[in-house]
Amino acid sequence: MTIQEVLQKLPFAPPFLFVDGLDHINSEKVQGHFTFRKDMDCYRGHFKGNPITPGVLLTEVMAQTGLVCLGIYLLGDEVLGGNMTFGLTSTEIEFLRPVFPGEKVTVYAEKVYFRFGKLKCRVILKNEAGEDVCSGTIAGMIITKPHE
Amino acid sequence: MDKETLIAQLKEIVKPYAKNQEALLNINENTDFVNDLKINSANLVDVILDVEEQFNIVIDNESMERMLDVKSAMEIIEAKLAAK
Repeated sequence: MTIQEVLQKLPFAPPFLFVDGLDHINSEKVQGHFTFRKDMDCYRGHFKGNPITPGVLLTEVMAQTGLVCLGIYLLGDEVLGGNMTFGLTSTEIEFLRPVFPGEKVTVYAEKVYFRFGKLKCRVILKNEAGEDVCSGTIAGMIITKPHE
Repeated sequence: MDKETLIAQLKEIVKPYAKNQEALLNINENTDFVNDLKINSANLVDVILDVEEQFNIVIDNESMERMLDVKSAMEIIEAKLAAK
């Protein structure tokens, strides 16, 4: 599957799409990037007069690339039933450096395992200086849509 | 391997994922992973992968779906070990 095909299958849209592009992907790992635009809504309140990217959004960047993009790639041509979707099941992440408005971050995700519909990855998020911003492990699963 | 040893090994495997510590203390053949130990479905996958590693066996999808309590886990482990 090509990078373009993976991106087309992403179930996200603005304002909650946190993947700008993928640098490369294979069945073991994925690398992707996202730039936090200065005009993003979150900076109006996090924090008042002191805009810093919320950790949950850094987590979301890692999850959308490391779990959803890689998950789509690993599923390949296997079609998910219409009532199935991706669910985040666990995160264990250390936050090391702040990310300010306008910064570009790069996700490096490596598969720990993909078994029984669950994908677990080691993830590192780096800033443009190549410094680790946060790192840890995240996992997600193919689940039945909660509203159906 | 006798039953007590196997249950003791399973107890160690499920320990990090069991939310109900009291049920974990009283673990026995009839203990259900989800209803008694309150292990969630995502962690159930980790339990199965830890079982594979501990006993050096491979659990297939069909066995995975049946492995919801101590009794069936023991049956599956014993069958896989016997088939080695």
